[in-house]
Amino acid sequence: MSANAPAARRTYRLFRSSPSMLVGLVLVALNAVVALTAPLLAPFSPIQTDALAAIEGPSGAHLLGTDQLGRDVLSRVLYGGRYALLISLTATVLAVGIGTVLGCLAAYRRGWFDEALSRVLDAVLSVPAILALLVVVTVLGAGAPVIVLAATVVYCPAVIRVVRAAAFGIVGLDYVTAARARGEGFRPTMVREIWPNILDVVMVEFAMRASWIVLLVSSLSFLGFGADPPTPDWGLMVSENRTMMTVVPSATLGPIVALASLIVGLNLAADGIAKARGIDRIGGGLR
Amino acid sequence: MLLRTVLRRTGYALLTMLLASLLVFTALQALPGDLATQLLGRDATPSAVAQLRATLHLDRPAWRRYLDWLGAALHGDFGRSLVSHQAVLHEAGRYLRNTALLAAIVVVAGITLSLALGVIAGVLRDRWPDFTISGLSLIGMSVPEFTVSTLLVLVFAVRLGWFPAVVTDGPDASVGELMRVIWLPAAALTIVMAAYVIRMMRTSVIDVMGSEYVTAARIRGLSGTRVLFRHALPNALLPTLNVIAINIAWLVGGVVVVESIFNYPGIGTLMLRAVHDRDLPVLQFIAVLGAATFVVCNLLADLAATWLNPRLRTPGRAA
Repeated sequence: MSANAPAARRTYRLFRSSPSMLVGLVLVALNAVVALTAPLLAPFSPIQTDALAAIEGPSGAHLLGTDQLGRDVLSRVLYGGRYALLISLTATVLAVGIGTVLGCLAAYRRGWFDEALSRVLDAVLSVPAILALLVVVTVLGAGAPVIVLAATVVYCPAVIRVVRAAAFGIVGLDYVTAARARGEGFRPTMVREIWPNILDVVMVEFAMRASWIVLLVSSLSFLGFGADPPTPDWGLMVSENRTMMTVVPSATLGPIVALASLIVGLNLAADGIAKARGIDRIGGGLR
Repeated sequence: MLLRTVLRRTGYALLTMLLASLLVFTALQALPGDLATQLLGRDATPSAVAQLRATLHLDRPAWRRYLDWLGAALHGDFGRSLVSHQAVLHEAGRYLRNTALLAAIVVVAGITLSLALGVIAGVLRDRWPDFTISGLSLIGMSVPEFTVSTLLVLVFAVRLGWFPAVVTDGPDASVGELMRVIWLPAAALTIVMAAYVIRMMRTSVIDVMGSEYVTAARIRGLSGTRVLFRHALPNALLPTLNVIAINIAWLVGGVVVVESIFNYPGIGTLMLRAVHDRDLPVLQFIAVLGAATFVVCNLLADLAATWLNPRLRTPGRAA
């Protein structure tokens, strides 16, 4: 038996205790694999137009039909997660990463730092996410870096709050006091004493924020402030193909089902981890 | 003690509002390049640019402009639209009325529906009604508003033809005219909003039904419905209040997407137009209004929770 057998057994038990988490992770992994291997899977180019084959229903050659420009909808659906996944993943890593550090710092320092941070967070949280993003997009344009940055700023405060609440109780415990008494600074204390205890909370936060950021990024693309037109993107595809919904419903339903599978997967994973580790996920459910 | 809590919460809410308006203002100031030149285009004469700069007070420092804006805003003057040249408050007011109508329907329908379904799912935990309701609400919160709206249009406007797919009325349409076309946008928002509240209500009902005082009430021989409605539900509603408040505030964002899909003449449609036209005063007003809605909803939820739960009335003795 190898040394990591207990870890493997623990993982197995975790999955068995919550089959929905397994389903969730499989859905997310499937979306990630399809996005990565889209060039191998797609039967056609996602941006190659063909005026002669425009607006066709599903057929042997085009399983989901074609859009107004004659592009193969299936190929575009397979490629369609790339933009949203890349942007959402970057923004989620940034939001959860920065949020975790600031949340721990607030719980560790307390006092005026904690108080001032809370007030600023309240203010950022009070502006509805999509409104904040629209303001930023108006000012700085709809480039990918701008959207990543804006989504990070918008979702960071909620992460800080949740992490701060989780770390708050741990900072008061004896072993943290002992570490501080030994003269250890914020960094070693956070990495060795606090981090292992809030890992579960951070994992749930990650899956949950990711699902909301995917929602937000797709909504922006749908409204015309995200992916630029030739890019195959689910949100953009729904807005493009909606007008011919009566003729080729599969061209609208395809991207909707793909997008929903990704977000359902992320939500199931978040639920599963939260349930397995006894975290009250919904109570911390700030949008 | 109760008065002090109310005053403290209200004070925090006002501070949050002030900071939020400062944030929105700062974000809009980050506009690269000269605003006047951008608005007028490259071919504008220097005198026209100078005149617009003077009208927008761009020659003053940013902090001064913020204070000017704030001072005027407190008197109900949010400046003039750069496009229609009307007072922002007057312009937005016409659209706001329509959004208020939509929101009223969504809030009433959404809360009723989600509380009822949440209680059913919670009471019949792990049986088929629960699986159905929980599954549907998971899907409801996992699909963006634009997909819910698109699917509703596909079924009820295209296939069945019961409702129009887009609204053709302008912002000044009468309530009667709007009432004929409001149902699909209202349904889309209700579905997404209800999904979250159902989940919260279900969890909360399960928690309360498992508590000792409910068991005690049962042992005393009280009927199931009496235990549920008189003993369990009042407590189960408490944690749900906050989620409802957050969801009402979230409506402000959801409304932007849904209104644009149905071309419903509300504040969301106005906002998207302001984004396209770079109509900053209108944009600023709507963003601050969104923040105000959030703050007020949360404040009301906090105060209601304080009022309903005696333990929260004194901060020192909080459970």
